[in-house]
Amino acid sequence: MATTQTLIACHECDLLHRVQSLPEKSKARCSRCGSLLYVHYPETIDRTLACAITGLVLLVIANLYPFLSLESQGSILETTLITGTIILSQESMAGVAILVLFTSMLIPCVLLGALVYVLWPMKRGACLPASRRIFRLALILRPWSMTEVFLLGILVSVVKLAKMATIIPGTALFAFLALVFVLAAVNVFLDPRTIWERMDGWR
Amino acid sequence: MTCVHAAHTAARSGLFNCHSCGLLVRRTSMAGRVHVRCPRCGARLHFRKPNSITRTWALVIAAFIFYIPANLLPVTVTTYLGSTQSDTIMSGVIFFMQTGSWGIALIIFVASIVVPIAKLTALSGLLLSVQRRSSWRPEERTRLYRITEVVGRWSMLDVFVVTVLVALVRLGYLSTIVAGRGIVFFAAVVVLTMIAAMTFDPRLIWDALEKNDESIAH
Repeated sequence: MATTQTLIACHECDLLHRVQSLPEKSKARCSRCGSLLYVHYPETIDRTLACAITGLVLLVIANLYPFLSLESQGSILETTLITGTIILSQESMAGVAILVLFTSMLIPCVLLGALVYVLWPMKRGACLPASRRIFRLALILRPWSMTEVFLLGILVSVVKLAKMATIIPGTALFAFLALVFVLAAVNVFLDPRTIWERMDGWR
Repeated sequence: MTCVHAAHTAARSGLFNCHSCGLLVRRTSMAGRVHVRCPRCGARLHFRKPNSITRTWALVIAAFIFYIPANLLPVTVTTYLGSTQSDTIMSGVIFFMQTGSWGIALIIFVASIVVPIAKLTALSGLLLSVQRRSSWRPEERTRLYRITEVVGRWSMLDVFVVTVLVALVRLGYLSTIVAGRGIVFFAAVVVLTMIAAMTFDPRLIWDALEKNDESIAH
């Protein structure tokens, strides 16, 4: 297979660059259009793996405990993370319900699971079947994980309801808040180029 | 591949740049095959995203059409003490302004109104400039594309707000909030514009600058 490892092409303007070794925690940008070429993050596998496992635990907590409760005239209405999805699907808005379920929960879950599946064996120098496919899936899913937007949505809703009822945050909300930061950390730590190059070594 | 000049692109050098893993694959090694796949990650290889302009235009036009009912139809229907009130996206913004929550009003206004319109305008402008093979400020146009790609997700805000509202304010209590049809169209606009940003190929901006680009297949 005729591959060129020492060169890299910009994804936004296609200009070829020579790959140079970068100092830690720095980024290489395209000399013509300024888009991000590659990053160098030390211990990318360990850090990303740690965050991915943490994220999966937080996702479990976020789904087991109450999310938000609404107190109005002495009665308390408890909701969980997926209540909104269930209500929307009952109101014949299955499309929106599925979109919300995917972007706020399923996609982050699959993304983190995929990273653990690829990175845990990689740390031990092993490789599970279909690792390349699964890592590619994780990269494709990245823009569709919208937990941070969901969190802002919660904030806006709480402000909107603050005058008519008391909103009580649940354990799941704090787990979800932590998940947002963990997913942001994954985006910082993950250096796909290093991981693809490790996979090259398997062949 | 002995010498790399400033304007040497992967496509002109006969190299596929894998969309997924960034591996450069020489075209000659793949001669005669219709769909070439990346030897490293298995993604389909193209010099440029296939039918980028046509696909992006289709998605942008569909999003423009959906944007009209998204703003005209109610996104929430609130029943409070027997009276019913329908709210569109804009009336939601006005509600927050009237109640003094200027920060929240601004966030919703930017995420639900400014971002989708700016995104559709930016993509249309980029498509027109590429079709006219414009050589005007390619760097700024690429930056515009990059911003378009990054901010699009924040438009989902209103969809999530409606989800949380219907979950919290349910039947059986003093007040009920039900999702309105508008949110379906609005969600469609967000998804369509996100896919449109993904199908647009910013490399087409730079291809127009190069005079002799017969080597670029598609």
